[in-house]
Amino acid sequence: MIKPLEVTSLTKVFDTPTGKNTVVKDFSISIPAGQFVSLLGHSGCGKSTVLSIMAGLQEATFGGVCVDGREISGPGLERALVFQSPSLLPWFSAEENVMLAVAQARPKLSRNEQRRQANHYLEMVGIAEYAKQLPAQLSQGTQQRVAIARALSLEPRFLLLDEPFGMLDSITRFELQDLVLDLWEKDRRTVVLVTHDVDEALYVSDRIILMTDGPEAQVGLELPIHLPRPRDRRSVSSNAEYFRLRAQVIDFLEHHSKQFQEKAA
Amino acid sequence: MMKLTLRNFAYSLVGIIALGALWWIASATFARDLPSPGKTWEESKVYVLQPLEKRGEMDQGIGRMAYYSLTRVAKGFLLAILIGTPLGFLLGSSNTFFRMFDPTIQVLRPISPLAWLPLGLVIFRQSEPAALFTIALCSMWPTVINTMSGVRAMPEDYRNVAKVLQLSRWKTLTKVSIPATIPYIFTGYRLSLGLAWLVIVACEMLTGTPGIGGFLWQEYNSLIYSHILMCILTIGVVGFTLDRLMGIVETRLRVV
Ligand SMILES: Nc1ncnc2c1ncn2[C@@H]1O[C@H](COP(=O)(O)OP(=O)(O)O)[C@@H](O)[C@H]1O
Ligand SMILES: [Mg+2]
Repeated sequence: MIKPLEVTSLTKVFDTPTGKNTVVKDFSISIPAGQFVSLLGHSGCGKSTVLSIMAGLQEATFGGVCVDGREISGPGLERALVFQSPSLLPWFSAEENVMLAVAQARPKLSRNEQRRQANHYLEMVGIAEYAKQLPAQLSQGTQQRVAIARALSLEPRFLLLDEPFGMLDSITRFELQDLVLDLWEKDRRTVVLVTHDVDEALYVSDRIILMTDGPEAQVGLELPIHLPRPRDRRSVSSNAEYFRLRAQVIDFLEHHSKQFQEKAA
Repeated sequence: MMKLTLRNFAYSLVGIIALGALWWIASATFARDLPSPGKTWEESKVYVLQPLEKRGEMDQGIGRMAYYSLTRVAKGFLLAILIGTPLGFLLGSSNTFFRMFDPTIQVLRPISPLAWLPLGLVIFRQSEPAALFTIALCSMWPTVINTMSGVRAMPEDYRNVAKVLQLSRWKTLTKVSIPATIPYIFTGYRLSLGLAWLVIVACEMLTGTPGIGGFLWQEYNSLIYSHILMCILTIGVVGFTLDRLMGIVETRLRVV
C-alpha cells in the first residue's frame, strides 16, 4: 500500500573540489500517517541532507520523495520544516514571523485575522506573551518555539524537524521535547525528527530509523518503539523495555553503523 | 563614532589648533601668497556672517552657495542610488549577471570625474545635466558594491525560510532580501554621498556654475585667495555633517 510519505532509493551526490561525494545511497523509508519517526545517526552521516530533500530544499541525485505516491518537485506547504537554528527573520516580531506563514497557507485572510491566528499558534506553544518581541529579545528556546509555531501555522501534514533542540541547554531541551510530544498527542500529525541524541529519539518516537555512517549512508536498522503513550520522562526512564532498546541503539551506533562501508572496502 | 561630550570636544580642539598653527606658519614663511588665518577671516566674514545674502550671481553668502551645491549633489546622489541599488541587487543575486557586468564596472569605477564631465557636456550639451551625470556615475559604485555584498552575505537560513514558505519572488524581495540587505545598502549610501560631495567641486569648477566649487574656482581666477580657504573649510564642514547624518541613519538600521 502507498504510504503518505515515501523516500525511495534516495541517492545524493555532492560535487566537491576533491571529487564526487556520495553522501547517501539507496536510502528508502516509508512513513505511515500519524507516525512519529526519528532519523538517528552519527553527526555528518547525511541526516540533514535526507530531511532537506524531503522538504524539497535540495534535489535528489537519484531516487526521490513521494507524497501520496506523487513525486515532489520542490518545497510544499504540506511539509513544514523546522531548522536547527530558529531561523526567524530578525526584523519581524514573533507574531509577524508567524503571520508570514499564515498568509502563505491561507492567503485570503484579512491582516487582523492573520494576526489573530498567529497569536493562536504562539499560544499553542506557550509564548503568547512574547508576540510583539523581536527575535533578538527572546531566548534560544523561545525563538525555537516561535519557529515551531510558524511551522504549525501552515497546518502541514508533515512536520520535518532537523535537530530542533540541538542548540538548547538540557532543561530547555526537555521542555521543548515535551511540548512537541504534547502537540503530537493532540493532532497526531506525521513527524520526522532528525537527531543524534539517542534518549531523545527513544523518548519521542514510534519508530527509529538508524542510519549507517556516510559516505553512502543507508538505513541500517529500523526499530519500532512500543513504549506506552502518552509518555512522560520518569516512567519511560524506569521502563525495562526502554533500557533494552537503548542498549540496542547504542550497540548499533558503536559497532554496526560502519558495517556497510567495511563490506564495500 | 566618537560621542559628543565636552571632553571629546576639548580633544578635537587640539587638532584644529594644530592645523591653524601650521597654516599660520606656512603663510608667514614659505607660502607668501597664502593668506593667514586672521586675514582669511577678515576678508571672508561677510560671506559667513551673512550666509544667505545674494549680491550677484557668483557673489553670494556661503549658505546659499552650499545650498546650490547640496541640491546638485542631492539630485546626482538620488540618481546614483536609484540606479546603483537595483544594479547591486542584480549583481548580488545572479551569477550570470555578475559575470556579464562586473568586468565593465571594474573598468568604469576608477574613472575620475574630470574625465566624465567633458563626456557629459558632449552628450547633454548643458552644464547642469552634465554635472548630474558625472556625480551619479562617480558616486554610484559604493552603493552598487555594498548592496551586492549585502545580498551575497544574506544567511542561507533566510533563503531557506523563503523557499519552505514558498514566498513569491516579490515577497522574498520585500520581506526577506531587502530587510536583510538594508544595513549594507546604507553603508553604500553613506560612502556614495561622500563621493558625490567630493565630485561636486570638480564639476562646478569645470562648468562655472554657482555653488561652492564654482565660487572657489572663480575666486582663484580673481586672485582672492582667502575665499579659496573659506570655501575649502566650508566644503569640509558640510561633508563632515553629511557623513555624520548618514552615519546616524546607518547605526539606527544596524540595530534592527
Ligand atoms: N552542499 C553540500 N556540498 C557538499 N557537501 C555537503 C553539502 N551538504 C552536506 N554535505 C556533506 O554531506 C555530509 C552529510 O551532511 P549532513 O546531511 O549535514 O549530516 P548530518 O545532518 O547527519 O550531520 C557531510 O559530510 C557534509 O560535508
Ligand atoms: Mg544536520
